[in-house]
Amino acid sequence: MENWSLISLCVLLGLTARWAVSFHSYSGAGKPPMFGDYEAQRHWQEVTYNLPVHEWYFNTTNNDLNYWGLDYPPLTAYHSLVCAYVAKLLNPEWVELYASRGYESHSHKLFMRATVLFTDILIYIPAVLLYCFYFCDGSSKQKVATAFCILLYPGLILIDYGHFQYNSVSLGLALWGILGLGLGWDLFGSLAFTLALNYKQMELYHSLPFFCYLLGKCIKQGLTWRGFFHLFKISMTVLVTFALCWMPFLSDPKQPLQVLHRLFPVGRGLFEDKVANTWCSLNVLIKIKTLLSRETQLFLSFALTLLFVLPSSLKLLSKPTLWQFKLALVNTSLAFFLFSFQVHEKSILLVALPVCLVFNEIPLIATWFLLTSTFSMLPLLLKDGLLLPYVVTSLAFLFLSLYLLSALERSTEEELRLGLYRKLTQRWLPKLNLSRIIKWKFWFSLAAMAALSFTSVWLKPPAKLPDLFPVLVSVLSFLHFLGFIIYFNQVQLMEPQRKKSQKKTN
Amino acid sequence: TVMAAPVTNDQSWFFALALGVSFLKCLLINAYHSTDFEVHRNWLALTHSLPAAQWYYEATSEWTLDYPPLFAWFEYGLSHIARFFDKEMLVVQNLNYASPATILFQRLSVIVADVVFFYAVKECCKCLREDKGKYLLGKPSFILTVLLLWNFGLIIVDHIHFQYNGFLFGVLLLSIARHFQNRHFEGALLFSILLNLKHIYLYIAPAYGIYLLRCFCFTQSNIYASPESRINKLSIDLPQVLSRLFPFKRGLCHAYWAPNIWALYNIADKAFSILGVKFKLLDINKLPKASMTGGLVQEFQHSVLPSVSPLATLVCTVLSILPALFRIWHRPNGARGFLRCLVICALGSFMFGWHVHEKAILMAILPLSLLAVESREDARIFLILSITGHYSLFPLLFTTQELPIKILLLLLFTIFSLTSLKTLFRSGGALLNPLEATYLLGLIPLELICEFVYPLTVWQKTFPFLPLMLTSIYCALGVTYAFIRLYISLLTCSDSTKKIKTQ
Repeated sequence: MENWSLISLCVLLGLTARWAVSFHSYSGAGKPPMFGDYEAQRHWQEVTYNLPVHEWYFNTTNNDLNYWGLDYPPLTAYHSLVCAYVAKLLNPEWVELYASRGYESHSHKLFMRATVLFTDILIYIPAVLLYCFYFCDGSSKQKVATAFCILLYPGLILIDYGHFQYNSVSLGLALWGILGLGLGWDLFGSLAFTLALNYKQMELYHSLPFFCYLLGKCIKQGLTWRGFFHLFKISMTVLVTFALCWMPFLSDPKQPLQVLHRLFPVGRGLFEDKVANTWCSLNVLIKIKTLLSRETQLFLSFALTLLFVLPSSLKLLSKPTLWQFKLALVNTSLAFFLFSFQVHEKSILLVALPVCLVFNEIPLIATWFLLTSTFSMLPLLLKDGLLLPYVVTSLAFLFLSLYLLSALERSTEEELRLGLYRKLTQRWLPKLNLSRIIKWKFWFSLAAMAALSFTSVWLKPPAKLPDLFPVLVSVLSFLHFLGFIIYFNQVQLMEPQRKKSQKKTN
Repeated sequence: TVMAAPVTNDQSWFFALALGVSFLKCLLINAYHSTDFEVHRNWLALTHSLPAAQWYYEATSEWTLDYPPLFAWFEYGLSHIARFFDKEMLVVQNLNYASPATILFQRLSVIVADVVFFYAVKECCKCLREDKGKYLLGKPSFILTVLLLWNFGLIIVDHIHFQYNGFLFGVLLLSIARHFQNRHFEGALLFSILLNLKHIYLYIAPAYGIYLLRCFCFTQSNIYASPESRINKLSIDLPQVLSRLFPFKRGLCHAYWAPNIWALYNIADKAFSILGVKFKLLDINKLPKASMTGGLVQEFQHSVLPSVSPLATLVCTVLSILPALFRIWHRPNGARGFLRCLVICALGSFMFGWHVHEKAILMAILPLSLLAVESREDARIFLILSITGHYSLFPLLFTTQELPIKILLLLLFTIFSLTSLKTLFRSGGALLNPLEATYLLGLIPLELICEFVYPLTVWQKTFPFLPLMLTSIYCALGVTYAFIRLYISLLTCSDSTKKIKTQ
């Protein structure tokens, strides 16, 4: 069968899965007075349509920032404005100022879901397909299989089409950025990434690797005017894009400051709700939230993040190849997720995107990570009534990646890149079969996640510990993520400085 | 990669396809379901709460039991498992009860019952003549498995609209497979069981009857008669049961016309009556009022052409399948000839039957898949019949939420069947001639007009059923064409009994 038909079948299946998940409930469904993220997005359409630009980020009589005030950069606002125009055509009640607060109807839900599908088809899916066809090794069937598995990653589907968000836009734009950089079109890549950054400020997690990669490339071009000129062109692209996106806000100096204040709420604490990062998990043992002052918390978070981010970034600076770039993206975003300030559980999607990109090279570990990332969001998904799609998509994803990409067969020590671990155990336990241990750990971990999912749904927590299951979920995920950050750092840092590489590098 | 591995993973792909489609079905649990959902819930309730003698007399709900007794026993068995999900669904008075547990149970029961279908498909794959292919995606058994397991019509009708066709077609395909494998007693037994599960399979009973009589009943003693009588002992009050099973009071056509001959007949009648009024040949006051696609199921008199009675449709149906039966009697072509005759019987009954549901087209499409992976001409007919037949199922899912699903799944099935059959029969030019290809492409503008453009026009209020009529008529053309071509292929196929005897 020809390639185009296989690709179209995969895309059609991916779209069907997405739309089928969208039948289920969304965040805050039927829960006045605040509802959830779905209402937030609808409210932003209302605000951007009815109010002038200079009022969008300010607390005015018409715009109550306490009721889902805009806290994403301008591109999200423009996107909401476009959606609002369409909404007005279909049914003006959906974006009526004040009157439409808490508006819920079947046709409105269809409209909102359709907007997500539209941007997904436009931005994210083509990027995934292009990535798999240009940058994956193997036969064309293997490329299609990889694309299929990436398209069926449960976390993104459940959050975008279930909980309700537009992550496919920012992640898709970031992926276009990576594609651009991989193909050598640095300016296009920078443009795409800057747009992603202007859509969701969390993309800052990815910005350091982009910076180091581009800087490294410029340095490699020699410390001549060519390198500098290239750097200059990239910086100009970034600055111009920023200027264009922020243009309506540049007239008055108060505007950008207020926007930044909304984007980075340093007034909030170290973490909110249960999230699988260090601070929340540490809080279980010692109440650091109350023990340390806010300045100390900020400093500690900054220091640890820097500690984990530096080695990877420096290695990327010295060796700016695509493989290093992808690994650096994983390591940096995971470090930010684990140690940064005010992290939300959905931010794991920022780590999941680069892990999807190494799917083809390390399928087993990638599958493990992606399943863990979906599992870490379980409390959120249960609150939204998404148990059924969570179970079905996770099982389907596990099965597909094991079957189509032969994840379990491609797990020799060399394929799993366990170089350092092998060196460490060589001395004391030379006969240890590391790959078998990894496989056992994989199955054991899946069993633990399945068991915990089951108990979260069926059992009632004891009265003294009402948050027992969410805490257990986040602690278990945290331990996994800690293991993953050590592993991925090991893979990136231990890569030998080969001149002739067997993989396709850029 | 796994997909290129020849021998070692030979059966794992079957399991992968079956599991994949089951995951898809699970995701569709929360989709729209039709009144058939309430029908089956009611049957669960009444078989659970009442003694068997009263099952066919119970009339609290409008959805009385209108399937044969064996299906009623099947529902009785299911009701014992239903108890653990939600006891309230088993109370007959709880009309339209649809709690989440009820929906989950009913949907899961369809998904689990499909295991019978999976087994039957596996058996059918064993019956294929040659199964060599350079790589997995080109193997006939792989293509057949996907065409059957991922059949668009089955997924839409069973897992969204809600019915148990997968399980029933599994029994049918298993019966066919047994005939291919020369296990004729089991094949006959399975067909008798099937008839006692859903009487619509009477459409194809003549094919079974003639084939078995011709090939085996004259050599062995009465094998067909005995299983039939054994099973009929399970039925209780025959006249009452029959009156529920065959409600002839319903009209010539269902509320939405199935794309058969009568749809074309109706439109011809309407056209003549409009022309007659225009040219002042007819008096408008003498014409009967009420449109046939007014959504009500009622008997209707035609205005210009002679009206059609149930007896007339029976005669037409019998006449349409008679040549095929004669052919099988005189020159049985082994199991493949029998299968071709079966498809013709199903299609003939679909074309000329009384109050035919559009879902009945599946009875022709599914068995035809077996023939399609083996012969070029059959592949051609299959493509036209399946794409047209599947498109004609669109009006079953009229909700906006399911619109993307039905379009995506139809595209999925169509692209797969077109490309895989084209690759299988690569030699010998294009599979579809330009006229056929244009007809099939014409479905795209038809869909755009009926579901996207028409609802925005003024006529939506005055003639709301025009899109349904257009769909029926356009598809009726394709189905008729497929019927004729199938007949031609049966009547002109060379006698290959010598080849068949070696199976």
